[in-house]
Amino acid sequence: MLYREAGDFKTSYASDNQTFPIRFDRTAYWVVIAVAFLLVPMVLTDYWANSIVIPFLIYVIAALGLNILIGYTGLLSLGTAAFMAVGAYSTFKLTTAFPEMPIYIVFVLSGLVTAAVGVLFGLPSLKIKGFYLAVATLAAQFFLIWLFTRYGWFFNYSSTGQISMPERTMFGVTITGASASSTAVYFTCLIFTVAMAWLARNMTRGTLGRTWMAIRDMDIAAEIIGVNPLIAKLSSFAVSSFFVGVAGALTFAVYLGAVEAGEAFGINKSFLVLFMVIIGGLGSILGSFLGAAFLVVLPVLLKLLLVDGLGWPSDLARHLEIMIIGALIIIVLIAEPHGMAALWRTMKEKLRLWPFPH
Amino acid sequence: MLDQSSEGYVTADGRQIGPVVLELKNITLRFGGVEAIKNISFDIRTGEIRAIIGPNGAGKSSMMNVISGFYVPQEGEIIYKGYKRAKMPPYQVARTGIARTFQNIALFEGMSVLDNIMTGRMNLMKSGFLKQALWWGPASREEDEHREKVEKVIDFLEIQHIRKTPVARLPYGLKKRVELARALAAEPQILLLDEPMAGMNVEEKEDMSRFILDVNDEFGTTIVLIEHDMGVVMDLSDRVVVMDYGKKIGDGTPDEVRGNQDVIDAYLGVSHDE
Repeated sequence: MLYREAGDFKTSYASDNQTFPIRFDRTAYWVVIAVAFLLVPMVLTDYWANSIVIPFLIYVIAALGLNILIGYTGLLSLGTAAFMAVGAYSTFKLTTAFPEMPIYIVFVLSGLVTAAVGVLFGLPSLKIKGFYLAVATLAAQFFLIWLFTRYGWFFNYSSTGQISMPERTMFGVTITGASASSTAVYFTCLIFTVAMAWLARNMTRGTLGRTWMAIRDMDIAAEIIGVNPLIAKLSSFAVSSFFVGVAGALTFAVYLGAVEAGEAFGINKSFLVLFMVIIGGLGSILGSFLGAAFLVVLPVLLKLLLVDGLGWPSDLARHLEIMIIGALIIIVLIAEPHGMAALWRTMKEKLRLWPFPH
Repeated sequence: MLDQSSEGYVTADGRQIGPVVLELKNITLRFGGVEAIKNISFDIRTGEIRAIIGPNGAGKSSMMNVISGFYVPQEGEIIYKGYKRAKMPPYQVARTGIARTFQNIALFEGMSVLDNIMTGRMNLMKSGFLKQALWWGPASREEDEHREKVEKVIDFLEIQHIRKTPVARLPYGLKKRVELARALAAEPQILLLDEPMAGMNVEEKEDMSRFILDVNDEFGTTIVLIEHDMGVVMDLSDRVVVMDYGKKIGDGTPDEVRGNQDVIDAYLGVSHDE
């Protein structure tokens, strides 16, 4: 009986346009935020932080970014990991060149650098779409990774070819480096994830989001209405790359600490983020969260169940995981092309009418 | 007989028609070797309901695409509001106050009715990128102001009950109406309607005719209409252009056109080797 719109009257267009029109959802949203900021840090252990919570938060940002490009604008990209690498290497170069710069500012600047690179590689989208565009972004993937492993300037000529994150603080708390506590890292990721999800929601609900979706649904009609396709597509690439760049910066700076471009940001990672978006739900903010959660939790869950629980060899569990993800993607594409977010929506629609569906 | 002076004229039902707003001069459009439009000239006056009729393949839709900037004619010029229109992409034509609907519905299927109509207003919304991203005061206020305008269009076209429905779920007749709403939301001076009644039953046609007349009457919008239903065309329009095989074969009031021998031949068919 809680889950109702009835009696919750909207008296202004602002309240009619709000993100969660049903009171129960609004309450749930604030409860989740409160739990994330207050309760989780108290019970978080290093193992859970590093195996699930932190990668989840970072992948949410990357998935949001890719979702803006694929789900909202309909432009297919396979270069996500390369753009994450741009974010990571920007962070490394910026923070070694300007050690005094606050690290959060460095993350944002890295995102902006990635946005610029994204616009550059987005230029082909003005002429080509679909598979051909995917191939063009694939070229970005291989070219950028080649660039980062080949030219010493990018990794400050270190002998290993790796970049490693020096220790940096923010508000007097160590955020990066080996001595950073998992709580500090958790809060950094959480703040960025919440802020960027909020930005993504704002951009997709207004004129900007409608221009993107207009291009996605019917680009010719969009142009006749007054959408400038150049600006719509390139702004989508810029915003998407900004998100992905910040995710890459966080992956490098607070999660892995040291990376080698080809290893950490290979094509596999591009596909992983793509699968998150597809399984989670194209064109849905919530879907990005669900998809990231699913694909981060699934391997850990399988490992706990099969290796620790049943004593199977770990490579068998790993292969099984690949098979399960592959099967899931096929099932999702056939049964529910809009992903877990659409299932969630259907469930909510049913719930609103329950228990008297007539 | 009309008084075709530059000041305009008064229609049979007493509406005042203004001066010429859009003039097409010697338009020729070719696709490779095919001439879709052959040296056609006509004008559209402010406040007028102007119909373009003709058999299939006559070049009516091509003509509309020329006006909306989607096709660029090889020859001829378009005089709009007294100035020769420069070669410009369609999205800029839209910004000069020309909106249109499509023969095959071209709505954004993945969006709700409300979002579709709001998209129609995008040229009137000015909030910058950062303000939108932060949903800063002006951006959310602007959204609400435009929502109010859109609600007026929704009321006008009687589609309140479906405003939050995804367009993909709507039946054909309603989709046509939503497409009209999207075009109207842009507050155009000239509204191009490409077969607004194709595939509709009699009641839907009556509704749509009423909406077209109301739009013209209440907002003073100039309307250019392509339609196959002769009854509808003759009832609605003030002046009619008749096209056949890319050529203009008639131009005048419905009565004049109806009596034109070329038009009768084109519709009833004559043997061309006579």
